[in-house]
Amino acid sequence: MATKLKPVDVVTVGVGLTGTILAKELADTGLKVVGLERGRWRDTDPDFAMPGAHDELKYVRRHELMQDLSKETLTFRNAMSETALPMRSLGSFLPGEGVGGAAVHWGGLTWRFLPWDFETKSRTLARYGKNQVAEDCTLQDWGVTYDELEPHFDRFEYLYGISGKAGNLQGKIIPGGNPFEGPRSREYPNPPLKTAYSSALFAKAAQAMGYKPFPVPTGANSRPYKNEYGATIAACVYCGYCQFFGCEMGAKASPQTAVLPALMQNKNFELRTLCNVVKVNLDSDKKRAVSVTYVDSRGREFEQPADLVLLTSYVLNNTRLMLLSGIGKPYDPVANTGVVGRNYAYQTPSSVTLFFEDKNFNSFMGAGGLGLAIDEFNGDNFDHSGLGFIGGGFMQAGSNGARPIEVRPVPAGTPRWGSEWKKAAAKYFNRSFSITIQGACQSYRTNYLDLDPTYRDAYGLPLLRMTFDRHENETKMSAWLTNKAAEIAKAVGPAKMNVSPRTGKYTIVPYQSTHNTGGAVMGADPATSAVNKYLQSWDVPNVFAVGASAFPQNGGYNPTGTVGALTFQALEAIKTRYLKRPGALA
Amino acid sequence: MSESRRNFLKSAAALGAAIPAGAAAQSKPAPQADHEKQHAQHMRTATAAAQQRPYMFLSQTEAAFLDAAVSHLIPKDELGPGAKEAGVTSFIDQQLFGGYGTMARKYTQGPWPEGTPQQGYQSPLTPAAVYRAGIRDANNHCRKTYGKSFDALSRAQQDEVLKGLDGGKIELEQVRAQFFFNMLLANTVEGFFADPVYGGNRDKAGWKLVGFPGVAAVYTTFIEKHGVPYRAQPVSISDITQKIAQVDEHGHAIHVMLDDKAGV
Repeated sequence: MATKLKPVDVVTVGVGLTGTILAKELADTGLKVVGLERGRWRDTDPDFAMPGAHDELKYVRRHELMQDLSKETLTFRNAMSETALPMRSLGSFLPGEGVGGAAVHWGGLTWRFLPWDFETKSRTLARYGKNQVAEDCTLQDWGVTYDELEPHFDRFEYLYGISGKAGNLQGKIIPGGNPFEGPRSREYPNPPLKTAYSSALFAKAAQAMGYKPFPVPTGANSRPYKNEYGATIAACVYCGYCQFFGCEMGAKASPQTAVLPALMQNKNFELRTLCNVVKVNLDSDKKRAVSVTYVDSRGREFEQPADLVLLTSYVLNNTRLMLLSGIGKPYDPVANTGVVGRNYAYQTPSSVTLFFEDKNFNSFMGAGGLGLAIDEFNGDNFDHSGLGFIGGGFMQAGSNGARPIEVRPVPAGTPRWGSEWKKAAAKYFNRSFSITIQGACQSYRTNYLDLDPTYRDAYGLPLLRMTFDRHENETKMSAWLTNKAAEIAKAVGPAKMNVSPRTGKYTIVPYQSTHNTGGAVMGADPATSAVNKYLQSWDVPNVFAVGASAFPQNGGYNPTGTVGALTFQALEAIKTRYLKRPGALA
Repeated sequence: MSESRRNFLKSAAALGAAIPAGAAAQSKPAPQADHEKQHAQHMRTATAAAQQRPYMFLSQTEAAFLDAAVSHLIPKDELGPGAKEAGVTSFIDQQLFGGYGTMARKYTQGPWPEGTPQQGYQSPLTPAAVYRAGIRDANNHCRKTYGKSFDALSRAQQDEVLKGLDGGKIELEQVRAQFFFNMLLANTVEGFFADPVYGGNRDKAGWKLVGFPGVAAVYTTFIEKHGVPYRAQPVSISDITQKIAQVDEHGHAIHVMLDDKAGV
């Protein structure tokens, strides 16, 4: 029997990137906010302290900062005709667990999606007609435009102290930045990071081919930076232990470095760790959330009443908790009805690896997002007529810190083990680099999330079931984009190169990207979206589901910058409108 | 002289030859030289201790199988020590005894249909149990085919067996051969390159092979020295906790650079 607790104004389910920002801002207005986090408390000191922070086995292979699958995982299948089986081991993607969430171990890349990305459907139809889009593609507009989000992108970038170079300042194209980005109101808060050797070679070749390279915007900070909350983010030292790791310097923007120092001082905020929310409880007509039920680390069950419930966990758990709680109609791919679990999408990454005989890149150095990129082949920045696909991705070369358990590039055809492998691994560890492509992924009728009929979590609740495969649009796109990258690679002049477009069925085994999207997507139409443009549930207006769960399909960028902007979009609506008059905003 | 003392001297002598020539030959200011001497001493002690550590999970038979198998996956050759010399068997032993071997942080509830390759690990066996079953089955195969257990075969026969397990030519009774082989290969690579605190990568053999410095220094200046190889004596976590290696104010290693004129 759950112990009923004293009501509070706001509960956040998850205390990561979105939850900390919302908690901080709402606690500042005087509301009582409780943050419920299934994982433990984590901070720069002692959790990411030297020298233990530089332990590849622990963080990259044993997933110290990531989700404990013994308690909860998901099941996966490629198609509805298969039986989904549990993801027993982490692989393809790495959800976080604990305070700060995945924003502790993220790679730092902080993009603004293109203006086109928010209006993918209408702009594609207008330019190419409906034959450009696969029949089962559930492409849709976001219900919000880039221009509406611009102030929120700006706010997030200044909160996290992003390092980068503007390419479009209020409509004026700025040399050295990304000329394809939407107009921004001001320059990045911090200048770009330094340039790695690999980036310089890539940029030189790309420039000679007429492309316009620019620094990847990143939360690995180029200089010490004090943000609006008074938190200081240190300067990156290019140690190479960034993605998969917590930053010992406090130089990677994260909830720990940017928000928690201020949030934890706020008397209106209470953090409860090792508390796993199992359900959002609705009133009898299912129109209002009255409380959340959670289980703490001693096995005690509590009911926490709240006026406002913010789902601020990872994409997958936002969707799962909505399904477990009956918030919104579950998606049914056969009848093509319902919305919760619909439009699950991912990323289509690919790469070209360049091997040299006479060049050393000190590949172990670097930072998350340290790289130069080109955006000529992203979104609709190029003419897709006759190509048979939509979408694209940015491509970049940089140095993010190679560590030898995970990163041991050898030329294609090298045996997997034995003396020949050893020779190649030794030779090329510091004599190679990759051009990587962040390919987009569209949404399809048969790619979705629902509850598994067989497998359960440690609390006896059904696991989330993922049904997902790559479609022809993505495979064609990946082949085309990777070929473009190979042309640049050839111009750099390596001795050998591996060209690796994304092909075949999606597999949950090797790491690809922690850019899962959708499941509780936003939009203007309640028939095809779970939340409105303010991330508010259409069905239960005092529930907001905040995060990449709201992306109707995924763009050719890392998602975090856009997640940050959507967080501030939701926040502004809550602060300026919802709190004054609780109810549906759209 | 006690057995352990004798072993210590034996391994210390063996290791003496493995200290990089550059490290010993360099002329440096006194504190640096002291530091390196300390470092070498520490390495001898640590290596001796690692070699004497009894196995926590593996039987002697299983350890003999692994010693032989990993010496093919990453062989000792003109480039330096292989996986066996780097202590990968000890590494695997510790991993199987601990959370990895028991799937402490993985989902272990049934049912357990085999699934598709895209669905990944679906064995009802933990990695510890996979090794136990896989080694037993592989040895049975060897006894049946060659009349001897795997570790007693010739190098050529061992190679043939491993290629059979890898390519699917040999099938095992209790675990899929390819599944067992892939796990063995992945753990061998982990043990060869993980921080030595986990029992493998002895004398940082893996890091020296590829030119990886281990615990990082501050590279803020060096990142812009394009094309200039950064060659340092690798630093491990315990080098720092035991104050063998020096650190800066944030705890980053202060690397001792190798006097290497080999070029890129």
